[in-house]
Amino acid sequence: MAANYDYDEAPATYDDANRQELGYDPNFVPDSVKSFVVHLYRHIREKNVYEIHQMYEISFQKLSDRLFKDTPWPSVDAVAHYVDNDQVFCLLYREMWFRHLYARLSPTLKQRIDSWDNYCSLFQVVLHRVVNMQLPNQWLWDMVDEFVYQFQSFCQYRAKMKNKTEQEIALLRQFDQAWNVYGVLNYLQAFVEKSNIIQILEQEKEGIEQFTATDGYDYSGGSNVLKVLGYFSMVGLLRVHCLLGDYQTGLKCLLPIDINQQGVYTSVIGSHITTIYHYGFASLMMRRYVKAIREFNKMLLYIYKTKQYHQKSPQYEQILKKNEQMYALLAICLSLCPQTKLVEETVNSQLREKYGEKMARMQRYDDEAFAIYDELFSYACPKFITPSAPSFEEPLVNYNQDAYRLQLKLFLYEVKQQQLLSGVRTFLKVYSTISLGKLANYMEVDEPTLRTILFSYKHKTHAVDSDGNIISNADVDFYIDDDMIHVVESKPVKRFGDYFLRQIVKLEGVINDMDRIRLE
Amino acid sequence: MVRERETPKQQQQVSYTVEQLVAVNPYNPDILPDLENYVNEQVSSQTYSLDANLCLLRLYQFEPERMSTQIVARILVKALMAMPAPDFSLCLFLIPERVQMEEQFKTLIVLSHYLETGRFRQFWDEAAKNRHIVEAVPGFEQAIQTYAIHVLSLTYQKIPRPVLAEAINIEGLSLDKFLEHQAANSGWILEKGHGRGQLIVLPRNEFNHPELKKSAADSVPLEHIIRIFPILG
Repeated sequence: MAANYDYDEAPATYDDANRQELGYDPNFVPDSVKSFVVHLYRHIREKNVYEIHQMYEISFQKLSDRLFKDTPWPSVDAVAHYVDNDQVFCLLYREMWFRHLYARLSPTLKQRIDSWDNYCSLFQVVLHRVVNMQLPNQWLWDMVDEFVYQFQSFCQYRAKMKNKTEQEIALLRQFDQAWNVYGVLNYLQAFVEKSNIIQILEQEKEGIEQFTATDGYDYSGGSNVLKVLGYFSMVGLLRVHCLLGDYQTGLKCLLPIDINQQGVYTSVIGSHITTIYHYGFASLMMRRYVKAIREFNKMLLYIYKTKQYHQKSPQYEQILKKNEQMYALLAICLSLCPQTKLVEETVNSQLREKYGEKMARMQRYDDEAFAIYDELFSYACPKFITPSAPSFEEPLVNYNQDAYRLQLKLFLYEVKQQQLLSGVRTFLKVYSTISLGKLANYMEVDEPTLRTILFSYKHKTHAVDSDGNIISNADVDFYIDDDMIHVVESKPVKRFGDYFLRQIVKLEGVINDMDRIRLE
Repeated sequence: MVRERETPKQQQQVSYTVEQLVAVNPYNPDILPDLENYVNEQVSSQTYSLDANLCLLRLYQFEPERMSTQIVARILVKALMAMPAPDFSLCLFLIPERVQMEEQFKTLIVLSHYLETGRFRQFWDEAAKNRHIVEAVPGFEQAIQTYAIHVLSLTYQKIPRPVLAEAINIEGLSLDKFLEHQAANSGWILEKGHGRGQLIVLPRNEFNHPELKKSAADSVPLEHIIRIFPILG
């Protein structure tokens, strides 16, 4: 029997009153829904991943659009007997049920808590029992993604204490384990550990294991569920750590996944975008601008080329939103760290169209510039959270903006520190050598101040990478000999290697053609 | 449970286990005391672990009532000593704004600001006014001097003595001794500047000597060569 459902313990009168309040009957099961669950149940039992995917992605959407535009799907109790009261199927059905609720309606506190319970039950089954299912990667990704999303949503909701009713406060106090940050992180960590995914990926590099080659699916009669959930949980951990403001640990959690290659994370567009978006954002906050620019560039180009194929999918709007946010982040990165050769032509022209004017103003580093940095950051940043439980003491306040405000403040602080660098860059572009005294004069500062500006320029343009090495991001660089500044122009390097390779192949082609002529 | 001991050998055991805890079981409120002890150990034994300290700051974030501002201050000083790495701001991202408004944290943020913007003279002045904060962590002065020399090495081929002196806060005879030591061990060369005193020639690297910059752009990956093996064969 389906476990852990509070509805079972609720008095009958509650249901009746609920039904009147709800304006719909949660126990009414249209024929199409009956057919849906029966077929889905059968496909899952028969491990027919293709059919499961069709039903999950397409049929569920169609039925939702047609019958459940603004009401929830029938309750799990109403459909359970069509599927042999199968515990696992009911948990999966409920997972979809809540996801639909969050997407179309506003969940009540009770429903948020119930959804947490459902995830706990479902995850316990996967972690501690032998599960003999193969589910589509799309579904498994959506589970992790939705889990983190509901956690984020709960923290935002909980932090708005001001207008909470007494009933809500009582529930929050009673169910303090629901969406607890320790619980969320430990489930994701448990998936990573129990699935052994890190070792699997390591062994795959040595040819001992197969994972990416089969897109994570198990063709030897086993299940892909735990492994793939473990894999996607690494992305989930990256996401949660970004929400907390811990960028270093977030990137560390993602380390086993090589984002320079295709992988299971690219098999689902949502996972691909979420991974790169958070990787890029974390890199930006860690001042690894070049890394961020490279990854945003690749991702934006990919979306440009492939978004037409996702027009009908339920993720389309999310894809477009993340696309716009990444352009904003790219604009920020390029304003803080000008680079000429890292951005693809198509992406660059889109960028100029959307943010060309704003980027010009950002590089002036006046008050207006800060306002634009603020605007773009606020638009594109993740929905930061305060993970700790609220104080239930009067006066009740809303503190849902605190986390975001802190990250924004520290980001703008970094921008401010780079304020004078833009001025220096303009001058360096014009001179090949110039004395400290003269440059100080032109910039209207004294020599000691100019020295601090130059030190700052060097420090800010030479980032420390993940291995502790210093990498120069400077498009214009210099060195000082006593009191003379020598500007170093980074000339475009002629790629002789590539040229020779091309000519060798070409010559070989010509020789082969000539051979053919002689034979005729 | 891991407990800190007095003997050095067992202290080593503690830090090994703490690192393991952070790697394997980081989302666990029970390890908070171990992480706090580890911060104190980093201070006294002049070691450093960013991951362990971030782990602790996260736990403080999850349970703010358990936060020790003294420990947080020590973490920030250690992070400052890790410059040019951005560890200081990585820690700040995890510390609530109202805590950052406290006097000792405002001072540390000012100190960080001076170092980030190359204002070495202002930094040493401010540090002198706040000896209690900076002297609490052994190795602080040397760490900042190392950072200053790092920035100077990025910037200068030949640096006038007064500029160096101001950046590392060493003057007179102490500076003479320091320069001798660097000349003997780190390849510094002391020259006579034109009338204005000493010039110190810093070791050559790709940042102050652009001609040394490795032309990575022109290297050809092995996979590309492999593709034309049939032709070359």
